[in-house]
Amino acid sequence: MTSLLSGPPAVVAAGVDVFSDALRAQGAHVTDVEWRPPTIGSPEDLTQLALDPRRATANRTAVERILAAGSVLTDVRPAREVLDLPDRMLLHSGPPLAWSAASGPMRGALIGACLFEGWAQTPEEAEQLLASGGIELDPCHHHRAVGPMAGVTSPSMWMWCLEDPVHGGQAYCNLNEGLGKVLRYGAYSPEVVDRLRWMADVLGPVLSSAVRSRSEDPLDVKAVLAQMLQMGDEGHNRNRAGSLMTLRDLSPAIVEVDAPSSDIAAVLRFIGGNEHFFLNLGMPTAKLASQAVGQVPGSTMVTVMARNGTDFGVQTAGTGDRWFTGPANTPVGLFLGDYGPDDANPDIGDSAIMETYGVGGFCMAAAPAIVRFVGGTVPDALATTERMYQITLTENPAMQVPVLGFRGAPTGIDVVSVARTGWLPQINTGMAGRVAGTGQVGAGLVQPPAACFEQAVAALAQESRAALA
Amino acid sequence: MTVPTPAAGDLQQAHRHVSLRSGVYADSVKLMQVSKAIGAREGVTAVLVAMATPLNLELAAGMGLSPDSGAKPDQLLIALTATDGAELTSAVAAVEAALTAREDRGSAQTVPSRTVGAALEEQPETPLAIVSVPGPYAVAEAMDAIGAGRSVLVFSDGVPVEHEIALKRAAHDAGVLVMGPDCGTAIVAGVFLGFANVVRPGPVGLVAASGTGAQQVSCLLDTAGVGVSHVLGVGGRDLSTAVGGLATLDALRMLEEDVATERVLLVSKPPAPEVAERVAAASAELSTPVSSAALSADSPDLTAAVEALLREMGVAVPTWPTRPGADRAVPAGAVLKGFYSGGTLADEAMLVAAPVLGDVRSNTPLRPELDLGSDFAARGHVVVDFGDDALTVGRAHPMIDPTLRLEAISTLAAGGEPAVLLLDVVLGHGADPDPAGALAPAVRDLPFPVVVALVGTEGDPQGWSAQADALAAAGAAVFASNSAATRHALDLIGASK
Repeated sequence: MTSLLSGPPAVVAAGVDVFSDALRAQGAHVTDVEWRPPTIGSPEDLTQLALDPRRATANRTAVERILAAGSVLTDVRPAREVLDLPDRMLLHSGPPLAWSAASGPMRGALIGACLFEGWAQTPEEAEQLLASGGIELDPCHHHRAVGPMAGVTSPSMWMWCLEDPVHGGQAYCNLNEGLGKVLRYGAYSPEVVDRLRWMADVLGPVLSSAVRSRSEDPLDVKAVLAQMLQMGDEGHNRNRAGSLMTLRDLSPAIVEVDAPSSDIAAVLRFIGGNEHFFLNLGMPTAKLASQAVGQVPGSTMVTVMARNGTDFGVQTAGTGDRWFTGPANTPVGLFLGDYGPDDANPDIGDSAIMETYGVGGFCMAAAPAIVRFVGGTVPDALATTERMYQITLTENPAMQVPVLGFRGAPTGIDVVSVARTGWLPQINTGMAGRVAGTGQVGAGLVQPPAACFEQAVAALAQESRAALA
Repeated sequence: MTVPTPAAGDLQQAHRHVSLRSGVYADSVKLMQVSKAIGAREGVTAVLVAMATPLNLELAAGMGLSPDSGAKPDQLLIALTATDGAELTSAVAAVEAALTAREDRGSAQTVPSRTVGAALEEQPETPLAIVSVPGPYAVAEAMDAIGAGRSVLVFSDGVPVEHEIALKRAAHDAGVLVMGPDCGTAIVAGVFLGFANVVRPGPVGLVAASGTGAQQVSCLLDTAGVGVSHVLGVGGRDLSTAVGGLATLDALRMLEEDVATERVLLVSKPPAPEVAERVAAASAELSTPVSSAALSADSPDLTAAVEALLREMGVAVPTWPTRPGADRAVPAGAVLKGFYSGGTLADEAMLVAAPVLGDVRSNTPLRPELDLGSDFAARGHVVVDFGDDALTVGRAHPMIDPTLRLEAISTLAAGGEPAVLLLDVVLGHGADPDPAGALAPAVRDLPFPVVVALVGTEGDPQGWSAQADALAAAGAAVFASNSAATRHALDLIGASK
């Protein structure tokens, strides 16, 4: 540490620029802060949190845990068994949601899941069943699970089972269906349900046998995520390298599974044809890190960001499993085919767990190939990642961004820094069609509503006052 | 798993380290660079830092550095040997450092920092932050600096005293200094911060709970040929009972360790007696002599404190510069009107005047019952501090913007009350570039005497003599010492009786 009295004539200045000008005139090295009054959180609350003597230590603890968390693939099992899901319960993405408030794609996915489970024979019947409250709805996040887009998970779906070897936690995610008309984007046509059946009958069991055969040498999913960042993926909207590496690593074990060669070929073809196959492994990896952080009183780190197509929800380490919600924004980006902005549903999916972990939109600089797809330019991507460093608590040395000199990914969103900078977390996302049954209409960029962070600041400050009183 | 083993066929003891890391991935080029850099270290005899692929494991085996077993290709193998244990330990540490070292960011653009914390992260060598954002937001920015282990000057006012205490406690624990809040004057390592005069470098360190007090003292020292090492402002409330001198005590310790500082002078408004005692006790513990220029009814005079210090140092006390004013008749029954921009200078004027004149009313009174409120046109002996926080909300300090004081002078002239007008003019960095130019027209035709305490040095951008000559030409008597100016005004009033 340089000493005040013998240090170099250098200052960082925040506020009126007459000081900076006078110092520059004296030849001092001046770094100006582009300060502006926070638009999120009251000054009293932000001051309370800045002065909370627990905060630095608590955030350090949270940082240590999020960085240390590992992720290995241990099993593939039906949700019914692994999540102890009662019959007639469906999991969904984001914060808690009632059918009456559910958006089109969420309704479509819930309808599709009822058809897949055989709880209804027609979409109309399924809708009635759901509207009558005959199916219990619960967030994936409440079951150590995550799901992309609608995230709808039913008892018969097979789940990736991941374990954090450092902290011993478990996290789960269903299997990725591919692109186009798929359940997670709200499609529920016969082809969607047929694919889900094949995944339950063939894909799940084959993957299960393959993964179990590697129990002595489980796939290190965190290592795959780290490598794909150096291969042009950002781990949320581009998973191309990660999916191929996973296919490469699992192929020998898949081929050795005792199943008809036509099934083996179909499984390999399915995985090889799905650029997002890895996403459902990346998400529970990030979820493991979030769970490793858990509840840390005094910490202002965000542990969950998730959307259900209606609301955006945020949780923090300092406030545990309490949700701070606001109406989800609609992503901005590029559209497939004839679709346009009017066709897009508000933000949906648990996949913002990737940004919570410091990848995805936070590592835009690592994935120049995707920048134009989500409607940006390469300089935008670099600037986005640079901004995210200012709202995060640490850099993850395991997740490196080559173009930034292999700097670690900006990790551990700090509620207070979000409020003070006014920069909301940047999320890369797919866009679902507003109308149930449509499927994907595009991809783009989105941010959480400021309301989530306003509530989080207020609640953290209230907790701080209570704890210090 | 550091296992010292004897090197084969060699009596020299070789020390080896072989470890595997999971969850760390770096590309092979990066790892070859790391291996090369570590291998170039003196004392390192063999090194392999690589992903634990079969090929690399074979290489490791060939070097006699195989990991135990169960190595996997996605693990990072760190294997090296060194001539002794100390070098081995530092070489392993160097591997860690090389793996996490941030490289040149190349073409990546920089986004301006929006918080002090973000800016300091980019500037690891910068020892000081200056915070002048609106008061309600100042604490968060200041805490960023303290959290990053840097000192901070808080210029902002309106920071509640309990927050000031919390900031200063945190700074003490972090081994850094909080200057302020409401600190407008500091000189640190030759850099002038805020309102500060261009004084020569020298052996006297000032710890100042008073901005204009520090300016008066440092200017007089400079005039006597004695320079200052640093001026550490600690904020006007630091010596109150509530704050208890937290920053003063820390500043004293810093100056004690500073090679440039041979003596310390404490400058403040009247301190709380128990805090003054605590500071005196702490000062007595130091090897650096500490003198005090703390204003009180018993020691009302900053100039006298400077003179005492000069005598202690064996430096001749000079004749403080003056300019005679116009020979204006003092109206019968004249009262003292002190219109000040510097709070401590206003206090000093009142402390010097009170024994002669009796009660002097003020917006910053010596005793609560002498409070003037906002009636600056009140009759009788009055001293107004135009730099008081209540008068600077939404406008610049009177050292920059003379409007309010000029209005008061013209109101006084129009009111016809017999008076002697006492003013301060403070020069230096941050102040009005030509205060005499603004003041001269307002005092030139006044029907009563005008006395000016002109605080500054020849080295200041405005220049003491040039400003003094301009004020004298407008009829004002000019003094480099505020207490001398006050006494002159009192003499004029006394002569009129």
